[in-house]
Amino acid sequence: FAGLADVSISEDIPVEGEITVPVGSRSPDEDYSTLDEPVRDTIMRDLKAVGKKFVHVMYPKKSSALLRDWDLWGPLVLCVSLALMLQGGSADSKDDGGPQFAEVFVIIWFGAVIITLNSKLLGGTISFFQSLCVLGYCILPLTVAMLVCRLVLLAGSGTVSFIIRLIVVVAMFGWSTLASTAFLADSQPPNRKALVVYPIFLFYFVISWMILTFTPQ
Amino acid sequence: KASRAFSLYANIDILRPYFDVEPVQVRARLLESMIPVKMINFPQKIAGELYGPLMLVFTLVAILLHGMKTSDTIIREGTLMGTAIGTCFGYWLGVSSFIYFLAYLCNAQITMVQMLSLLGYGLFGHCITLFVTYNIHFHSLFYVFWLVVGGLSTLRMVAVLVSRTVGHTQRLILCGTLAALHMLFLLYLHFAYHKVVEGILDTLEGPNMPPFQRVARDIPVVSNAVLNTTAKAVALTL
Repeated sequence: FAGLADVSISEDIPVEGEITVPVGSRSPDEDYSTLDEPVRDTIMRDLKAVGKKFVHVMYPKKSSALLRDWDLWGPLVLCVSLALMLQGGSADSKDDGGPQFAEVFVIIWFGAVIITLNSKLLGGTISFFQSLCVLGYCILPLTVAMLVCRLVLLAGSGTVSFIIRLIVVVAMFGWSTLASTAFLADSQPPNRKALVVYPIFLFYFVISWMILTFTPQ
Repeated sequence: KASRAFSLYANIDILRPYFDVEPVQVRARLLESMIPVKMINFPQKIAGELYGPLMLVFTLVAILLHGMKTSDTIIREGTLMGTAIGTCFGYWLGVSSFIYFLAYLCNAQITMVQMLSLLGYGLFGHCITLFVTYNIHFHSLFYVFWLVVGGLSTLRMVAVLVSRTVGHTQRLILCGTLAALHMLFLLYLHFAYHKVVEGILDTLEGPNMPPFQRVARDIPVVSNAVLNTTAKAVALTL
């Protein structure tokens, strides 16, 4: 800065300009913060987002909608409904009903957390909650399988019904695994995809096992 | 609260180097875990990796659960799941710590992560044996698998430990303990697991339920149905 030592601003040159930052025209929704909108709008918007994600799970294409706007409402609803449907499945005393609600809930959430940690430790680029979101949403096919199994069991519980249930559960298990792989495997380095897919496979296998061995009271 | 979350992530990063594996390496290590090394004169290398062992423990849990289903044991799946997870993880972590402690006493050169890794990969033999024998139900087949497959994976672990220990007494103590625990665990998983769970059920049910003569896998479907209806009838009268 030695060359600038002799620069001085003479006082008769006026310094002009505007200090204020020009404010561009505001887009209409910025005026309208989401706190002010009616509750129905908020709920409908969230429900639509959840519904859209359900559709993405049922037809897994390469889209980033599930990943970008993650939310845990869908997984929570699915997990609670699955755990409720798995209640009351024991032939023993009336006090306990098959896998208790808390057990199913804990297994699903802890399983999802462990898979997420595993994929992060293997060098994945996906964030913690995004991964939880995907794994939770991909339980949808298995929840559908549980519904079908319960309906089939209403009709009877012989070998035929077991075969039907087996086919349905295996198909839905494959669908769940493929759907979650389609979303999660992209975030891994390409040569490590198998390492991430395997625990997902195990996780859905255990849930499918719980569904298949469910016998109603 | 944010700083607590950050410290949790920092702790997770501690584990990151132990998960730095390629699928090819995992497959190679799985196959190697069944091959006992011949050279015990200089310390054998143990990969300190945790991905393979962790996945093997979870696989063992899944196989145990599958075994419960194929043996037609009517159980509360919730208790069973907890017991399965507790048994497998308890074995892996507990026996690793115990052998690590013994190794410390016997001056063996092995770190905790290496011990966890070694024992975890040793469970591969258990997984194979249980997977086969839960689907093909012959006791004699199980004994063959127990000796051959279980024996091979035990021999590998023992050989690696021997290569890292000096002194005959120390080698004997360390390897004898590990071999006994490993083989007995496989025996336990095959035979006693059903009885353990039934024991839990019986103590929780109280003395009112009729004792199930449930010799695993030998009951034909008909008597199972009879037992079911009996149990339901008794439960209704309670």
